[in-house]
Amino acid sequence: MAYLELNNVYKTYGTDENATEVLSNINLSIEEGEFVAIVGFTGSGKTTLVNLINGLLEPTKGEVLFKGKPVEGTSHERGVIFQNYSLLPWLTVEQNVLMAVKEAFPKREKAVYKRKAAYYIDMVGLTPAINKLPKELSGGMRQRVAVARALSMKPDMIIMDEPLGALDALTRGTLQDQILNIWGKDKRTALLITNDVDEGIYMADRIIPLRPGPNATLGPEFKIDIERPRDKTAMNDNPNYKKTRNAIIEYLMDIGEERKSQVSEAFVLPDLAPKDFVNQFR
Amino acid sequence: MKQSVTLGKVTKFMGLGFISTFKDLFTGKLEKEDYKAFLRKVIVPVASVLLFLGLWHLGANALYNVEAEFRIEKALNEQGQVAADEMAACIASGDTSCQPNTLPSPSQVWTSFQSLLNDHALISADKVAFKEKTAALNEKRVAEGKDPIVYTGRPSFVDQIFRSLKTVFAGFFLALLIAVPLGIFIGLSPTLKSAFNWFIQIFKPVSPVVWYLLVFMIVKTLLIDSSEDSSFSISFIAVGLCSMWATLVNTSMGVSSVDKDYINVAKVLKLGNFQKVFKIILPSSLPLIFTGLKITLSVAWMVLIAIELLAQSPGLGLFVWEEFQNGANDSNAKIIVAMFVIGIIGFLLDRLMLSIQNWVSFEKTDAI
Repeated sequence: MAYLELNNVYKTYGTDENATEVLSNINLSIEEGEFVAIVGFTGSGKTTLVNLINGLLEPTKGEVLFKGKPVEGTSHERGVIFQNYSLLPWLTVEQNVLMAVKEAFPKREKAVYKRKAAYYIDMVGLTPAINKLPKELSGGMRQRVAVARALSMKPDMIIMDEPLGALDALTRGTLQDQILNIWGKDKRTALLITNDVDEGIYMADRIIPLRPGPNATLGPEFKIDIERPRDKTAMNDNPNYKKTRNAIIEYLMDIGEERKSQVSEAFVLPDLAPKDFVNQFR
Repeated sequence: MKQSVTLGKVTKFMGLGFISTFKDLFTGKLEKEDYKAFLRKVIVPVASVLLFLGLWHLGANALYNVEAEFRIEKALNEQGQVAADEMAACIASGDTSCQPNTLPSPSQVWTSFQSLLNDHALISADKVAFKEKTAALNEKRVAEGKDPIVYTGRPSFVDQIFRSLKTVFAGFFLALLIAVPLGIFIGLSPTLKSAFNWFIQIFKPVSPVVWYLLVFMIVKTLLIDSSEDSSFSISFIAVGLCSMWATLVNTSMGVSSVDKDYINVAKVLKLGNFQKVFKIILPSSLPLIFTGLKITLSVAWMVLIAIELLAQSPGLGLFVWEEFQNGANDSNAKIIVAMFVIGIIGFLLDRLMLSIQNWVSFEKTDAI
């Protein structure tokens, strides 16, 4: 049985006439230790999908199973890295991580908490900034704190919602490597939501495109058969990489075309001309 | 991580940045391009103060002349030429019995200010002397189980200021103790919100005078057996009730509008309800709560004068009222002194709250 399973999941916001179906008929299964990436356009319902999996939202129809049990609310077993970091701005880096550690491992000594927090902060290379407030950090550093916070709870599965979306290409690259390193150490199950196909190919075992919403649904999956550890420059010459990349991009382009043709209904503009104020007063 | 505290940082933090510009002027640290800023920050305000004093002086002079002419005219019409000449001579001689009573000039106000300070020095000396004189007697009385004799002379102007500050802070803390917890509960629960909404909407715009009367009705009956003077309790409770609304509304708004991301964090970390309130909701609404408290303190200071006046509670309000009733030659000048003192203290209180607000807030706000 799969580690995480989504069976015929539908999610609708609003009721009756105002209802918009954001996700429809989502079927997904992720095995233990797998790294899966979901690629989709902005506004296609990626965040809704993430929130269904981490338990912040409940599906309107269908079921979300984690380790065979239905997901009811959030759990420490599923760590989440949010798109906008969501650090608490009044707490320092250490306090932000400590908060998560204390919740995940109740009733330990203070020194134990401190050691655990320090370990995870060190893992993302932020020990020098341990006493800084989030506003004193750069975007990349903030995201690393969020990674440390999510990992410090020792989740069985880690869910990332466009974690690197707001970062520049260089920081993106280093952080991708860092996340892969951490993931490689104990092979936790990981789900990455992204809008960057290259990021997905570089990091994941499988890529699944999310067709744009409303009524978003998952497309066919693409397996990435490239050995780990992957090397960014070497990968560019890998025939497998080229093939997969082209296939995915072609698929996404087709969806885009489809979408465009759907909205090609012509809107006739009313025939209006501005009043001639100048001549009126002559 | 150690941060050095410099004058510049401290004054900027308190919204008094112009002080460090002054310091730079005297230590010769000003660069050429700083002179433009110096002109704007120091010269322009000083010039506007001088302009204000000049206009005030001219206006006061004009009013003085109007009043003086009216008196002479009146004497002429009612008592004839001789009385009119006498009146004119009397006014010109500066005799206190016939001075026109109108808006005092800046110099008169300054003289009154000094005389008030002198008066304070006299009263303080008197108090010390009284204490020395009664020290031995009081010891005996206390040993015998009687109450010691206390100084009951009239309070000086400076004493009145401190009485007023005491009343305003008592009222402010009352407002804080009521409005912050109530605001948190209202913000957390939509049910409580709809239960309290009408209450807030109706009582918020009620005038300080009416609050005073309401508090008077209740406290008078509650303290019916007590021989103590209830004017202080009445005035500080009225001040607190008048001024708490800003804090109440801001607190409930801050608590109910916490960023959804933070709530999601609380959910993902699985914080308990207690922890969620104290670790997420309260810290994130602190800036709004303190904005409310800042408004509350300035409103409290503003209504205090009116309420002290009504309640006959010692303080600046009563001082102003007594001087007005007194009608002595320098009463008007003393009222203007009180006006400036009230304004300056109000400004300092506002800066005090702004510093505290900056200190607790995670997003630094600039001084307005």
